[in-house]
Amino acid sequence: MRRTVWALALLAVIGVVSTVLPRLVNPYIMQVAVLCGINVILAVSLNLINGFTGQFSIGHAGFMAVGAYGAAMFTLQLGQRWAGAMMAAGLPPVVAQGAALCVALAVGGLLAALAGYLVGLPSLRLRGDYLAIVTLGFGEIIRVLILNIDAIGGARGLFGIPVWVNLFWVAVGAVGVVLLSLHLATSTHGRALFAIRDDEVAAEALGVDTTRYKVLAFVLGSFFAGIAGGLFAHFIGYLNPSSFQFLKSIEVIAMVVLGGMGSVSGAVFAAILLTVLPEVLRPVKDYRMVLYSLMLIILMITRPQGLMGSREISWGWLRGRRRAPGAA
Amino acid sequence: MSATVETSAGDHDSTAGRASAGAPILKLDRVTIQFGGLKAVSSLDLEVPAGGLFGLIGPNGAGKTTVFNLITGVYAPTSGSITFEGRPIHGLRPSVIANRGITRTFQNIRLFTSRCCRDNVCIGEHMHARASLWDAVFQTRRYEEDERAMQQRAQELLELLGLGAWGDTLAAELPYGQQRRLEIARALAGNPRLLLLDEPAAGLNPQESDELMRLIESLCRRLGIAILLIEHDMRVVMGICRRIAVLDYGEKIAEGDPAEIRRDPKVIEAYLGEEVPAAEVP
Repeated sequence: MRRTVWALALLAVIGVVSTVLPRLVNPYIMQVAVLCGINVILAVSLNLINGFTGQFSIGHAGFMAVGAYGAAMFTLQLGQRWAGAMMAAGLPPVVAQGAALCVALAVGGLLAALAGYLVGLPSLRLRGDYLAIVTLGFGEIIRVLILNIDAIGGARGLFGIPVWVNLFWVAVGAVGVVLLSLHLATSTHGRALFAIRDDEVAAEALGVDTTRYKVLAFVLGSFFAGIAGGLFAHFIGYLNPSSFQFLKSIEVIAMVVLGGMGSVSGAVFAAILLTVLPEVLRPVKDYRMVLYSLMLIILMITRPQGLMGSREISWGWLRGRRRAPGAA
Repeated sequence: MSATVETSAGDHDSTAGRASAGAPILKLDRVTIQFGGLKAVSSLDLEVPAGGLFGLIGPNGAGKTTVFNLITGVYAPTSGSITFEGRPIHGLRPSVIANRGITRTFQNIRLFTSRCCRDNVCIGEHMHARASLWDAVFQTRRYEEDERAMQQRAQELLELLGLGAWGDTLAAELPYGQQRRLEIARALAGNPRLLLLDEPAAGLNPQESDELMRLIESLCRRLGIAILLIEHDMRVVMGICRRIAVLDYGEKIAEGDPAEIRRDPKVIEAYLGEEVPAAEVP
């Protein structure tokens, strides 16, 4: 009951902020804010796989692409018509589009989760570098497949996706994913994931079904990545396979590593930092990416464990009592 | 403490008579494992009684840890069968075997080093958790009750092993001797009926080692479980194990009570002239 009240209050705050903010700042900043939110979802979802469970996946852009194209195709084929029908029935456009968007995101997320399941299966046999190569291959296969399927636009890209996403939806998605992932981290299931990362042999000997949990990490992580993809599709309104290149996966990995493997709050910070940084550096023009890389190198040298290490920000931590995540 | 000391079917009073009477809890029947041309364990027969301490000793490289890995499912035997409580367990995954009631510690400590001590124990309890992923993510009442019970039980186990004050300490930051105890607490958290301890006293000084052995003996009695203990230092197990099997080059060369083992010429030979100390027998 109290939790429902909290959730509604949070929703109200997000609603107010995302209505008021566009009146105060220019559209460019709004766009950066939305991209921050999408990157937060991506980083936090990859953190479930790479950070919590210690499985090295470098194909996250692939899962995002599956979600983006899945959600976009759903909207173009059905969602748009449904939204139209709902509006004709007298529902306000915001509600009708929101409902259609939620279904589209769910479709994108589930398709990505299915892909995550298929990629998760080899992770039972492979580890470390070998798994990384498999996930890399997966990401590239997805991109090349999309490039060659004419029905979803191929190399031309997919046009005309209705732009239904604004800061509100992205903020709800990001806050939701962060909260769920924090809850997972402090639960017995989260501990099982951490156990696999720290010592798989010991975890298995203590009765943790490591197979199930490794696949679970992939399924959950790719589900959220798919949702991020769906939000992206309905924000930009246009999809192109080149948006989901290997570099996108690396960008997300950089966020997870920079934030601190396994730290949800670290992933959030790093995602925002690495989205804002290139924008802030625009004045230096040609030297932008040089400075960006340089700052990454300096950050990793000075804080090799990541911004947050494996810590989480909690009320206790803010009051100065430092503890590991989950040490309730 | 009630949750921790719960025993199955009144093992408490009858442990003394168990060694000879009653069905064994674990039975190895002609178990062999071959790695390429090397027979690490060959045709091993072993019966571990339900309740009480059973020692498995032998020189370095005798195949003791391999036996543990066979029992816990890390390896599947090349031939032979392993039955636990009357059901075959060879070829099952380690996590399934743990769920059947066998947990273990490791010779070279394998703690979850990035987690605190209480979390380490909680992971041992994980297989009995009832809260589903859904419960956890949405923090339902069932999750909260489950979590509270797990944390409380973890604290009890830590206290049982003398680690009560270390609950919030990272496992990696624990002193070596305490790390060994934490591994035992973690293994006990799964409520095993058979606990396998792989050289729990390795790296401890004689005094710490004696202390730990007394603790293990009292745990075994209080919890009414069976403990199979690996040790290469005979002195350590002589005092507390009721029954001992000696392994050398993957074969069982002797089995009996400590007094018999100490006199056995094959055992003396295996330990190559090493004086077998006349430790105090209870």
